[in-house]
Amino acid sequence: MLIFRHEDGTKVASPEQIQVWMKQTMDWIGGIAAQNKFVEGNGLPFADSRVVHHNNVVTNGPFGEIKETIGGYIIVKAESVEEAVEFAKGSPVLQGDGNTVEVRKVDRH
Amino acid sequence: MAQAELIPHLFRTEFRKITAVLCKVFGIEHLEVAEDIASETFLSAMETWTYKGIPENPTAWLYLVAKNKAKNYFQRNHLFAAKIASQVKYTASGSEEPDIDLSDKNITDSQLQMIFAICHPGISKEAQIGLALRILCGFGITEIANAFLTNKEIINKRLFRAKEKLREEKVQMEFPGETEIKKRLDTVLTTLYLLFNEGYYSESQDVVLREDFCLEAMRLTYLLLENPSTNTPEVNALFALMCFHASRFEARRNENGEIILYQDQDESRWNETLIAKGAWFLHEASGGEKLSRYHLEATIAYWNTQKQDTPEKWESILQLYNRLLQICYSPVAALNRTYALAKANGKEVAIAEAEKLQLTDNHYYFVLLGELYTDIDNTRAVTHLQKALLLAKTEADKRTIQKKMARLKAV
Repeated sequence: MLIFRHEDGTKVASPEQIQVWMKQTMDWIGGIAAQNKFVEGNGLPFADSRVVHHNNVVTNGPFGEIKETIGGYIIVKAESVEEAVEFAKGSPVLQGDGNTVEVRKVDRH
Repeated sequence: MAQAELIPHLFRTEFRKITAVLCKVFGIEHLEVAEDIASETFLSAMETWTYKGIPENPTAWLYLVAKNKAKNYFQRNHLFAAKIASQVKYTASGSEEPDIDLSDKNITDSQLQMIFAICHPGISKEAQIGLALRILCGFGITEIANAFLTNKEIINKRLFRAKEKLREEKVQMEFPGETEIKKRLDTVLTTLYLLFNEGYYSESQDVVLREDFCLEAMRLTYLLLENPSTNTPEVNALFALMCFHASRFEARRNENGEIILYQDQDESRWNETLIAKGAWFLHEASGGEKLSRYHLEATIAYWNTQKQDTPEKWESILQLYNRLLQICYSPVAALNRTYALAKANGKEVAIAEAEKLQLTDNHYYFVLLGELYTDIDNTRAVTHLQKALLLAKTEADKRTIQKKMARLKAV
């Protein structure tokens, strides 16, 4: 699983910028799917998000003290962690300074 | 129509109707009996019409003879009658003879039920297509064998096994319940889609036969559209896809039967009526929530009816392939996506992506690489085309590749 971590989820991008990212993301995922390595994926929009804390305290948004947040994920078929890392390197998320893509193995799928 | 043409014509349209109706009466486990009676009916027609001339209403004549043959079969074959008597509804009415209803409505209903029976998930795709061609479309064994580039014995064996499977799975001639329909319809659509492709992409030289396969697949899909409970967005999308593809029948072959590639086709030979039909059904397909592979493929096919290269066209096609590959991977979609990528994002990007595909047993893969390297590195382009030539199976494909190579070397 490739998890997209955004350093600052509160940043608002222009519609034009969002459109460019969308295309880049779709082309990136399409390239993985064209190798028959794509399993599934989804975006995790920030709208209507909540954080439930210890003692059931609920706050708005995923952003607490730390602004870093998860924007989405995709699951790929990879023979090794190295192969998954190669896929991750192409992610447009990495164009944002401070953003990361976390590569994790899925236990069962 | 002269008798020589009339009987084969009627065979194509009426054999499947008689078989479906009789199967409905006998149960699909007695498919062979239904087929035999239908075949004998045509044999009688051939004998009788030769001496007595063609009857005023040949179809009605066939139905009457088929009915009588079926009734005789019941009377003669007590064992058979006893065996299936318990399963057949007509015994409840106390009547000795089955009610064989060859009305338009019952023919349509029986054919729809037959589609669902044959496209049963328990039966292999290959067998489903074979049965569909034989039972739903009325093609002869020789024709089916020609289309699959194999011999009659193999097709006969395949059909025999498929019929055994129908019995084993206890498949019923019935319309699935409302909840069941959605699930079963998926299998039906896949089979109709493959049936169409069998005609569209078959390597058989028989052009007329191949187009008949496509038209039959369209006819069966249309049967589903005419029925309210199977008139779903997905079925509309599949029908739209078939219309768009079929619009290029004329344009995709030259007088020698060789394939003319899309970019070299004369678009004035594209069938405008079918394109308009496709657009109409694609619009009808937009009602649902699910975006199926047929929606995506039909939309790609729609863009392909726009011959003019625009950035919007190729960007749309690229994004449609991006989505299609996520829900339904196929090597051909991967190759087409890479071609669209070259058109939308440039050849350099596409070459890098193409090198990752590694579809090295597919000659189209090397044709694509040859295409992408053209004007960038012509030596490499030729090397790739040489590999494609070694892998190509048909003469038509080889000639196309040789033409491309000659063009490159002339530069």
